[in-house]
Amino acid sequence: MITFMNNSDSEEEPCNERTSLMSAESPPVPSYQDGLQASEAGEAQAHRKRRAGSSRGPNNITGGEMSGSGVPVRESALENEEEELTLKYGAKHVIMLFVPVTLCMIVVVATIKSVRFYTEKNGQLIYTPFSEDTPSVGQRLLNSVLNTIVMISVIIVMTVFLVLLYKYRCYKFIHGWLILSSLMLLFLFTYIYLGEVLKTYNVAMDYPTLFIVIWNFGAVGMICIHWKGPLQLQQAYLIMISALMALVFIKYLPEWSAWVILGAISIYDLMAVLCPKGPLRMLVETAQERNEPIFPALIYSSAMMWTVGMAKPDTAARGPSHQTWDTAEDGREHLRSSSHAESQMSETRSPVPTRPITSLQELEEEERGVKLGLGDFIFYSVLVGKAAATASGDWNTTLACFVAILIGLCLTLLLLAVFKKALPALPISITFGLIFYFSTDNLVRPFMDTLASHQLYI
Amino acid sequence: PAFGLFIFTIARDPLRIIILIAGAFFWLVSLLLSSLIWFIAVKASNPQDERLQKGLLIFGVMFSVLLQEAFRFLYYKLLRKAIEGLVALSEDGCSPISIQQMAYVAGVGFGLMSGAFSMINLLADALGPGTVGIHGDSQLYFLTSAFMTMVLIFLHTFWGILFFHGCEHRRWWEIAAVVIMHLTVSGSSFCNPLYVGSLVPSYLLMAAAAAWAYLLSGGSVQNLRRFLLCKC
Repeated sequence: MITFMNNSDSEEEPCNERTSLMSAESPPVPSYQDGLQASEAGEAQAHRKRRAGSSRGPNNITGGEMSGSGVPVRESALENEEEELTLKYGAKHVIMLFVPVTLCMIVVVATIKSVRFYTEKNGQLIYTPFSEDTPSVGQRLLNSVLNTIVMISVIIVMTVFLVLLYKYRCYKFIHGWLILSSLMLLFLFTYIYLGEVLKTYNVAMDYPTLFIVIWNFGAVGMICIHWKGPLQLQQAYLIMISALMALVFIKYLPEWSAWVILGAISIYDLMAVLCPKGPLRMLVETAQERNEPIFPALIYSSAMMWTVGMAKPDTAARGPSHQTWDTAEDGREHLRSSSHAESQMSETRSPVPTRPITSLQELEEEERGVKLGLGDFIFYSVLVGKAAATASGDWNTTLACFVAILIGLCLTLLLLAVFKKALPALPISITFGLIFYFSTDNLVRPFMDTLASHQLYI
Repeated sequence: PAFGLFIFTIARDPLRIIILIAGAFFWLVSLLLSSLIWFIAVKASNPQDERLQKGLLIFGVMFSVLLQEAFRFLYYKLLRKAIEGLVALSEDGCSPISIQQMAYVAGVGFGLMSGAFSMINLLADALGPGTVGIHGDSQLYFLTSAFMTMVLIFLHTFWGILFFHGCEHRRWWEIAAVVIMHLTVSGSSFCNPLYVGSLVPSYLLMAAAAAWAYLLSGGSVQNLRRFLLCKC
């Protein structure tokens, strides 16, 4: 474990810059709305009478690359209806986020329950220098608070550093950093994880096979996350690395520190995103100003899966109603065939001339869903994993925390639809999760145990 | 079976999934509050006194039942408001999901959560080694627990429909009937391990509730016959 700890510097960097950055919901929140408007407009067209609402979507894109030339006059009348419809289609997006969060939590809980490695205490990260093995309660509490302060300050420093780099356009450095960190995550952590899982199930695997498997996994992961790849594969990889990161946290954070850190991080998230000078907010705003996406390795994008199926009826339905968009649609068809992936606007597409870009953006706007930072995934999974690992009420507590987090996510998305700007995803869910964890563990568990022993039903 | 219900009827529509999870959440909160009350009562009382503990347990169960129904009512209120919002938002002036569907989904949500909480520790322990009933308890523990849980889940579903229907049409007697039924079922589980006393009435009540809910949802004997005949 000593070698692991020595490496922890470089590999904890990724964890910190990930956690610090991820908590924001990303800039395309306006495009979330637009995406919704455009998507529901597309669907509305596919389903019923034609609407000119689709042209509204591109107008709001935060780049202003769209020209408002083809916009019909009655757009303004439909504007209100479209805004109202965002909430209706919000349900679909909520589910699109429920599924990956659930999957991540399932992976983490399954691992925690079966592989004993992740619940053994084998040392601490250097970011939590104070040990919790002290005899007295007060001392332990103090140590955990100090640990939290250290961790949060590390995260703040990392975030500010990242924002400064972004502001001064040191893109190469950021990219290099991200690539290094995801490399580390994909290879080293996967190796350890696989090793432990194989040990638990007593399956023998020789080193060459292991090498080939991990090499393939890691290489495809790098390509998927940082470059192009099928959307579902990219989502699967992001879920995997979130789960791995969460497992590392669960293993290496001492008990009380973990809970205090969870609480503190949600407060930090709240402040970092909502305060005008908060680093995350500045990052989001800078990205919006420059009309660039946030780095693909840090955000989970839940774009709708049925890209091809949905776009086709759209082009068919909308073709006749918008002469101005005809050439754009042709461009879109062409672009769609050339790049199957549909995740985010990447800088490689910018050299393409304006018209196809607008169409491509339109394509992406239609199908873009909500974006959730990876750090949110990680911390949700940490909460549920810790509940699974340490709660004596076993599955009840885990289930309660799971439902609490999902409801928190729902509420956050509702607020997102109401406020229409980047919101922190952590506070509400983590608060609910914490409340439910502590109350279920201490209050509900004795009650249910007594009921079960007498076989009473409520 | 409950999981099958979930997959076939609810998993398609995202709105229903949200309502389901919210229903589960409400049940959970009601459980939380009732266990809080029980906990306080236990702590405040003498832990040595067996009869008192049992009495407190019974009290806790009854209180929990009442709280669950209260939360079902609160959930109903929330869903009413949500329906109005959805109606305002939708294009053609009618909600994408009707109040009956919501009642059904809410009932399933409640049922799933209560079933999960009742069963899941049992299931986890069942995976391990051991013999059932080795200390003189009934050997049918797992089986009866499974059946009881299933009947409870179904009952919650039906109660959801009945309850919401009662609230909609302002028929207080329907709501009272649901509450009384719930109390009866929980009370009958006090007869455990005399399983005859608990399982049989529960199943009978479930059949009654099922028929009632079916009739309320607009079904009829005609429909049933047509459905069965069309199949073959």
